[in-house]
Amino acid sequence: MKWETVIGLEVHTQLATKSKIFSGSSTAFGAAPNTQASAVDIALPGVLPVLNRGAVECAIKFGLAIGANLNRVNVFDRKNYFYPDLPKGYQISQLAKPIVEGGALKIVVEGEEKTVNLTRAHMEEDAGKSLHEDFHGMTGIDLNRAGTPLLEIVSEPEMRSSAEAVAYARALHTLVTWIGICDGNMQEGSFRVDANVSVRPVGQAEFGTRREIKNLNSFKFLQQAIDYEVRWQIETLEDGGRIEQATVLFDPDTGETRMMRSKEDAHDYRYFPDPDLLPVKLDEDWIERVRAALPELPAAMQARFQAEYGVSAYDAAVLTGSRALADYFETAARACGQGKLAANWVMGELSAALNKAELGIAASPVSAAQLGALIARIQDGTLSGKLAKQVFEGLWEGAGEVDAIIEARGLKQMSDSGELEKIVDEVLAANQKSVEEFRAGKDKAFNALVGQVMKASRGKANPAQVNDLLKARLQ
Amino acid sequence: MSDASLSTLAAQLAAKQVSSRELAQVYLDRIAALNPAINAFITVDPDKTLLEAAGADVRIAAGNAGPLTGIPVAHKDIFCTDGWLTTCGSKMLSNFVAPYDATVIERFKAAGMPSLGKTNMDEFAMGSSNETSYFGAVKNPWNLAYVPGGSSGGAAACVAARMAPAATGTDTGGSIRQPAALTGITGLKPTYGLVSRYGMIAFASSLDQAGPMALSAEDCALLLNAMTGFDPRDSTSLEREKEDYTRDLEKPLAGLRVGLPREFFAEGLNNEVAAAVDAAVAELKKLGATPVEISLANSKLAIPVYYVLAPAEASSNLSRFDGVRYGYRAPDYANLDDMYCKTRAQGFGAEVKRRILIGAYVLSHGYYDAYYLQAQKIRRLIADDFSEAFKTCDVILGPTAPGTAFKLGEKSDDPVEMYLNDLYTIPANLAGLPGMSLPCGFDTKGLPIGLQLVGNYFSEAKMLNVAHQYQRATDWHAHAPEGLK
Repeated sequence: MKWETVIGLEVHTQLATKSKIFSGSSTAFGAAPNTQASAVDIALPGVLPVLNRGAVECAIKFGLAIGANLNRVNVFDRKNYFYPDLPKGYQISQLAKPIVEGGALKIVVEGEEKTVNLTRAHMEEDAGKSLHEDFHGMTGIDLNRAGTPLLEIVSEPEMRSSAEAVAYARALHTLVTWIGICDGNMQEGSFRVDANVSVRPVGQAEFGTRREIKNLNSFKFLQQAIDYEVRWQIETLEDGGRIEQATVLFDPDTGETRMMRSKEDAHDYRYFPDPDLLPVKLDEDWIERVRAALPELPAAMQARFQAEYGVSAYDAAVLTGSRALADYFETAARACGQGKLAANWVMGELSAALNKAELGIAASPVSAAQLGALIARIQDGTLSGKLAKQVFEGLWEGAGEVDAIIEARGLKQMSDSGELEKIVDEVLAANQKSVEEFRAGKDKAFNALVGQVMKASRGKANPAQVNDLLKARLQ
Repeated sequence: MSDASLSTLAAQLAAKQVSSRELAQVYLDRIAALNPAINAFITVDPDKTLLEAAGADVRIAAGNAGPLTGIPVAHKDIFCTDGWLTTCGSKMLSNFVAPYDATVIERFKAAGMPSLGKTNMDEFAMGSSNETSYFGAVKNPWNLAYVPGGSSGGAAACVAARMAPAATGTDTGGSIRQPAALTGITGLKPTYGLVSRYGMIAFASSLDQAGPMALSAEDCALLLNAMTGFDPRDSTSLEREKEDYTRDLEKPLAGLRVGLPREFFAEGLNNEVAAAVDAAVAELKKLGATPVEISLANSKLAIPVYYVLAPAEASSNLSRFDGVRYGYRAPDYANLDDMYCKTRAQGFGAEVKRRILIGAYVLSHGYYDAYYLQAQKIRRLIADDFSEAFKTCDVILGPTAPGTAFKLGEKSDDPVEMYLNDLYTIPANLAGLPGMSLPCGFDTKGLPIGLQLVGNYFSEAKMLNVAHQYQRATDWHAHAPEGLK
């Protein structure tokens, strides 16, 4: 039987506000346990939540960025359950009336563009952390994270492979960091993915029973977990078994998913509107102010890059992988007036060097202006591609600006045709055998002669000029 | 001196006839003498009280006194008080010392009012007789075999017994007004949102409201001036201009339309209470008011609606009492679930557990629509009835409770019978309206009868005006329980 995979993702993005969603405590990561937990965060008797409008603004930004409906009145609910790192015994979240509904995100998988629709996005507070190590049979509770604002972003179950799921997660990651509502740091838990996975026979309309894989904190794990889960579900069904609705965890060490709780253990969260908080009202002025302050979004920028710089759709998608990369590309392209060449350099030489050095684009030792200047020197014939790579190395090492490096290292292409003619004559004289072979019809011999001339010029000869000269001499 | 009004005490303090320390000592002495029998206080700390009084004396001497500076006040043990035990009448918080002051406490401190201590109450404010307190029942100063009402029973009893000239209370379904009625004092529940709930331990957040309890409407007006005002720490606190609630006290009542809801004078109302309320209406007529019959048709649903909504909110509000971070924790447990179960089984009393169970039930999957949502709809209808009524009257009048104080133990085995005591007070909470209770007579057993006024939103000054004019014409509020002096 042929099977189809169905995936929907729920992504928890930590909003980049300075203080928590319902208290004034700092949200900074890594402080000593419980030093960023106020009376409100530890849920002392009598304390009350007060909404941080900064968190709402982040949610508005997101809603606008994905073309969603912003609920002008949205409501916080209480999700009730007991756990030691949940101080109030309930999490403040949004169930019936979330701030964002609908919207869509475009992804590209193997050259194919696809639109993934979003169901909703809602604001909620994060829980604290339970620390099970170092406490000798007891559990330590750190409430620094309790009350950190989250935007939970829920997609429709429209992805059909782990590759699509990863492409969606990456596109979402790009977007939330692009618009500055999330720092995107997956190691610190700022962007956590839950994947709802099911399989069904190809052609069947109803969804299969899904299992939810919780808390995937890298794209690699997301892919591995889905691939394992899909295989497991298909095998189970083909062996005559049934899939039970469940929540599972992915173990990166074994590459397997394992059951966390079954549907029977599922909580009844007893949601109801939080009477301590008023409904959140979004007025049009506020929304318009946020809209006006939004940067150009990745999708719009991709279209513009294709039109303005003549780059391919694929290249445009890669170049808008982050705002920093897109800005870098555009600065370099403008500096040299050569969009395609700039794209090739950014995605080729520069990316390779950055990857090798494990550096992000923001930390690139070669600035966008320098790369632009370098490309301009290729364009005006001063540098060959090969020489340009040597200049790039100089820039990378911090040896100075482009022209200075060309000068200091003598990397200028040979422009004096008299000098080149002399070299060509010497090479022809020294390689009579190749000359005869060429004349006997062996084209390869010509290439050997070109190579010899380039070698003799120590790479500085213009290859096109060498071609022309050799052809003229050999006719 | 312990019978004196707040304005009299303020005048004596201003004239240096008495110091704040001396005044506090007068009340502390009465507490020492009377509290063992009445049990109105959970915590008394004379050293702290006198230290605060000394601070007030400094302010008075420096000419920095406000209208209430130097007058002591007792606080319901539901308000968090920095450095004082704050128990909420529960074993669960029997060891809890708050590290901060509730906004109400801050405001009274800012007004220069020393604290006389923390008053007894029904556990987590759940009760109408003060018998659910972990710290024992409070006795009614008018007859120690009777309950003082609840949940602010300690506050009501301490004012009635003149152990404090004023007290703070909270009212979720009648917890200020009903004990005020049963102990013969005056108490006011403001419009929802007028007084900050920050630092007041939540029972039912959408209904809870703090208010003053004292010997007269005038005293309540002065206390309300100190309590109210926007608080950015409470999202349900209302941002509006400060009012002077004493401003209309002396206004004549000519032309006042007093609405009498026919449903409040129907079956279930004790005859003696009915007669006293009728006499009060007659008195107000003499003062120029006109009675108008009105209907609050949906108010008969107030108790069932309340006993869905209040427990629903309570079941969630009380989840934080889990033994993890503060308060009581069961001494022996096998694992986390066992710790939760034993802590909450041992830490909460029967009434609190009953309401948590009801609340969890009405919010649970499959029942939410039938109970919680339905109750919210009826709540709206009850509020609409009031809006309609206020088109034809300025203030609504009726009995505060269907009867006078009942005997200790008389209703404690029958929760539904107990719940019926709040029949007339709950509608105002559901609608968020202000209400107050003031004494209007005594029954044949010598127990006080309470008259309730319910006003439109933000009409506290109007209600206080009516009550003050009534108290100028009558002396029910001036009676003190005998044998306690």
